[in-house]
Amino acid sequence: MIKACIVTGHGINSDNELVLAFNKAGAKGKRVHIQDLIEKPSLLSEYQILAFPGGFSFGDHIGSGLVFAHIFKQHLKDELSKFIADGKPVIGICNGFQILVKMGILPNFSGNYTPEVSLIHNDTGVFENSWLKVAFNEKSPCIWTEGMSEMDIPIRHGEGRFYTDDEALLEKLELENLVALRYSGRNPNGSLNNIAGITDPTGRILGLMPHPEGFIFPENHPLWHRNRPESAAGLEVFRNGVEYVRKNL
Amino acid sequence: MRTEIHYKTISIDGRIRHLKKRLESSSLPDVTSMAMADVYIIGRDDLPAELPGEIFSDPVAQKALTGKSAIGEGYLPDWTYAVEVSFKPGVTNPTAMTAKSALKAVLGKDFQKETPVQTARQYIFQVPDYSREDKERLAKVLFNPLIETAVILTKEEWDSGKRFPELYSIAGSEEAMTVGTYDLAALSDKELEDFSREKLLALSLDEMKALRDYYRRDDVIDRRKQRQMPEGPTDVELEMIAQTWSEHCKHKILNAKISYTEGETTEEINSLFKTYIKGTTDQMLESKPYLKSLFHDNAGVIEFDDENLLCFKVETHNSPSALDPYGGSITGIVGVNRDILGTGKGARPIFNTNVLCFGELDTPAGDIPEGLLSPKTIMHGVHQGIIDGGNQSGIPTVGGAFLFDEHYMGKPLVFCGTGGILPRKILGEDGWVKHVRPGTLAVMLGGRIGKDGIHGATFSSLVLDEESPTSAVQIGDPITQKRMSDFLIEARDRGLYEGITDNGAGGLSSSMGEMAEESNGLRVDLDKCPLKYQGLAPWEIWVSESQERMSLAINPATLNDFMVLAEKRDVEATVIGEFTDSGLIELFYKGEIAAEMELEFIHDGLPVMALNANWQPPARPETPAESEFTSGEMLKKLLSEFNIASKEALVRQYDHEVQIQSVQKPFVGAKSDAPSDGAVLRPVANSSKGVTITHGICPRYSVIDTYNMAACALDEAFRAHIGMGGNPDLTSALDNFCWPDPVESERTPDGQYKLAQAVRACRGLQDTCLAYGIPLISGKDSMKNDAQLGGKKVSVKPTLLISLMGIMDDYKKTVSSDFKNTGDLVLVAGETRGEMGGTFYNKILKDESGRVPGVDTKSALALYRKLYKAIGLGLVASCHDLSDGGFGVAAAESAIGGRLGARLDLGLLPGGPSMETMSTDTLLYCETPSRFLISVKPEKLEEFRQIMEGSFLSVIGEVEDTGNLTVTRVGNPVFTETVENLAETWKSPLGKFPEEEVK
Repeated sequence: MIKACIVTGHGINSDNELVLAFNKAGAKGKRVHIQDLIEKPSLLSEYQILAFPGGFSFGDHIGSGLVFAHIFKQHLKDELSKFIADGKPVIGICNGFQILVKMGILPNFSGNYTPEVSLIHNDTGVFENSWLKVAFNEKSPCIWTEGMSEMDIPIRHGEGRFYTDDEALLEKLELENLVALRYSGRNPNGSLNNIAGITDPTGRILGLMPHPEGFIFPENHPLWHRNRPESAAGLEVFRNGVEYVRKNL
Repeated sequence: MRTEIHYKTISIDGRIRHLKKRLESSSLPDVTSMAMADVYIIGRDDLPAELPGEIFSDPVAQKALTGKSAIGEGYLPDWTYAVEVSFKPGVTNPTAMTAKSALKAVLGKDFQKETPVQTARQYIFQVPDYSREDKERLAKVLFNPLIETAVILTKEEWDSGKRFPELYSIAGSEEAMTVGTYDLAALSDKELEDFSREKLLALSLDEMKALRDYYRRDDVIDRRKQRQMPEGPTDVELEMIAQTWSEHCKHKILNAKISYTEGETTEEINSLFKTYIKGTTDQMLESKPYLKSLFHDNAGVIEFDDENLLCFKVETHNSPSALDPYGGSITGIVGVNRDILGTGKGARPIFNTNVLCFGELDTPAGDIPEGLLSPKTIMHGVHQGIIDGGNQSGIPTVGGAFLFDEHYMGKPLVFCGTGGILPRKILGEDGWVKHVRPGTLAVMLGGRIGKDGIHGATFSSLVLDEESPTSAVQIGDPITQKRMSDFLIEARDRGLYEGITDNGAGGLSSSMGEMAEESNGLRVDLDKCPLKYQGLAPWEIWVSESQERMSLAINPATLNDFMVLAEKRDVEATVIGEFTDSGLIELFYKGEIAAEMELEFIHDGLPVMALNANWQPPARPETPAESEFTSGEMLKKLLSEFNIASKEALVRQYDHEVQIQSVQKPFVGAKSDAPSDGAVLRPVANSSKGVTITHGICPRYSVIDTYNMAACALDEAFRAHIGMGGNPDLTSALDNFCWPDPVESERTPDGQYKLAQAVRACRGLQDTCLAYGIPLISGKDSMKNDAQLGGKKVSVKPTLLISLMGIMDDYKKTVSSDFKNTGDLVLVAGETRGEMGGTFYNKILKDESGRVPGVDTKSALALYRKLYKAIGLGLVASCHDLSDGGFGVAAAESAIGGRLGARLDLGLLPGGPSMETMSTDTLLYCETPSRFLISVKPEKLEEFRQIMEGSFLSVIGEVEDTGNLTVTRVGNPVFTETVENLAETWKSPLGKFPEEEVK
């Protein structure tokens, strides 16, 4: 059985549905408190997938994901590097995406985990929960979004504006097709280039603001009364991740 | 050391745009430009200068300045004026707590626990030459002087060398605390009353006498002598009694003996609660086996499926929200979340609701009594509190309402609800049962105790006036509570505790006192309770309402495991005493006895109030006012009335989807912007069952007759449940009464009438519950919603909120309110009886005439059962209940939802022959309850009609693709409006969503 480690604690709150998403995709998701990992870092090696869920770690009081990222990196940097070097996939959603960029895991052009991009306050200045269209970059090496083209997906964040002041870096992200998905209708937060999610050069690490685990039942879709969708498109992301492990690890 | 952090460029700081909008709405002269910075202060100087920046800033987007300042570095070069806002000493500051956690993680061994860590927010402005008044107005937007301080700096002051503080003051005092003693024995009646008032005890003369007499009892005197205690009450005892006997905790008015006079007859009622609330449910116990736990626990518990139970509780947090709207609402939410955590063996919160009542948003500043915040300011703060309270806790805000009425200007009503899920069996025991056995340990869990929230329970039992205590407000910290909440579920499933309840009003005194009733005794060492800072008197420790705390009963055998897990999960747990069977509450402070009272006296020694109620139907004009508007203009007036207008811009800021259970969201339709009648959730992933959450609230009818107000509120919640497809036999309802003071006194000469209104509301509620078979499972009352300021008294309209939680057999059958397909037939079910009294139509015309809407439960229930069947068979394409604004508003909303047109004829509305004589506006806008606007596919019409046989039902038109809503009466045109236009009218008044594209 493929096992997915769903990191939780200190205000992470979308962990249960992420477990459910991985279970529906054919893996076995397990919630693991960050403190349990800190006490026994070798626990991580028992898993094939690492996932950082959404939520408000440390209340986002000092910048979203920042404190959780500090603590994770401080105690678990070696195990995390090994996990990534072993070719195991990692996903960070919403607060999880914020944690990944603030740890410098994404996009990590430097190779030494220095933060290169950020997710800052929405340009509206407020939190928003709504459904939007995103388009996936079919040329992206991202293993999580392989074969996906477009979907409706919920967003639920106040700090999701993709930002960097390094134009060359942004160009590199685009050139290497590391932008895995973009807002294709309304851009809800002022993200540069409508970026909703990015991957690293290996394609195995995905961070995204929208919540694919928020669309794993057809009835999650706000128009289900009208369109009666038969499947839940968000599940595809998790199936891709699990399938990758099955084929490659 | 002091560090300021700001975005690298002002233009990427999204918070500024939001703040500018608020400044504009406070009619301040143009702010040319502004900037913000976050300030972190660490009370030690030996750390490397770059360290705070590394910990607290985002290196990609932000800049950190340690030992320097944003102003000094020219962040906003042409600034003229800067304000730095920080919390007052002792006020909960979640950001500072997180900063401390981060510092601890990074410094490791070098971290010093006692080092102060403080935060502040700095606002830098370039403003035109502001007058003193403008500056004060600006400050009012930026901070609440009750909980925050602001340091203001002008350019001139800066140039002359003035700077922001290097360290703000720190809470607490080193002064030694002792137990105080009072002597009541010699006090006269007048002196007893004065004493109660001066000490903010909120106890009546009878209650003070009962207390005095306790200390005169021979056995009490003897026991106190033996223990070398003073004869009179200690301050700890006095405050414990005042808290336990407060209206807030004991519900003295709803439990009073009432002489109710109506016309010639007078009747004696022994407790409204026992007679009409509990008495209602008692009559249904046998026929409703799904009811598991009622009234005695923190929330009512019902069965969901073979493995799970559901619980639901709604609280109010009105008085705190009047003074500190943000703190008031956030503590309201995290407080009711704890009720759920403390229900049975501990449930997991799965949804929040909130119903908010404010003064009219366009109230001119001159009409707001001195000392009250404006409705706009209150709404902003309350809304922000709900955003943070719900979103940060990971609990979806699935439903609620905003109401606006001038009567809510004195005290806003803030109803906060939470539902939870609980396993039927936990380690072999019933999930809804808890134990507090003698010999188990009394443990306090979560946050520490400070002076915050002292006298909250007694304060909310008093009128809001110039002397209202400022210590009665608190700020909630959702993250501390989220840690505790996650930990509790883990501990529960391992069986690490036996009993649990929450700390809310009255603090430990209330929670531990209630738990002690089960074991029949308690002893606590007050000095063992962990404090936020030194300087709390023993009585303050016992009644403080500091947030994020639970009280537990733990078997000594599992204590060690419990403490180890708590430590790992970063949750503070402290053994403060033990449960006994002594019949006493015994409190010690530093080894000395500080309080000793009999449990029986504490809980049952309270004299029952005797009150008079007298019902006089109010005199009202007989002739209706003339409308100066056409029917089409009136529709737009109604759609843009704040009560009816779209709240999307506000509600989209709540996370309503986390935990991904939502099946029916707050907004539905082709553009997801039309109102749904309520929420449907799928709480268990592998079950097809759903849960509905709906509300009913009709305070406008109270001015005519509260009997109808209550009946209509229950009907509204029930019909919304039915209209979405809910099962009529599987429901549960909560009642929340928010009343103006109904006790006759000098300040309240009309108390007898207001109490009669309460009696009639209870009767309306009971009659309707019994007729519909809806059990009441929990409730709350708040009976002092008045403000007396500057010689003016503002009292709320008698308000009853009904919150209904029901079951759907199959969530996939959920029906939404939006028209679906061109060509579908539109029907109205239910009789139109033309009541205009108290309607929004009459509000717009300032018309106080008209009959009040009433519920015909017999015909309504028959209709509801048929509709339930039809929806279950998949015959219904859309269903919307007719409520505020009647048929006209419902038709517009269904059309907006579908973004499709419709042609509807009023002459076809189902009803009696009198309809022909009703005016067109009456047909359009009367608010007869128990009606639905339904659309069905033509091929399903016949089957639908057969099922609905015997109820008022007729086809009144069809859905068209014209994009126009056309209404006629017997073929004669009434109005045609484009649906887009109606949508625009409905969506604009309270801010559009999404906003216009950002430049």
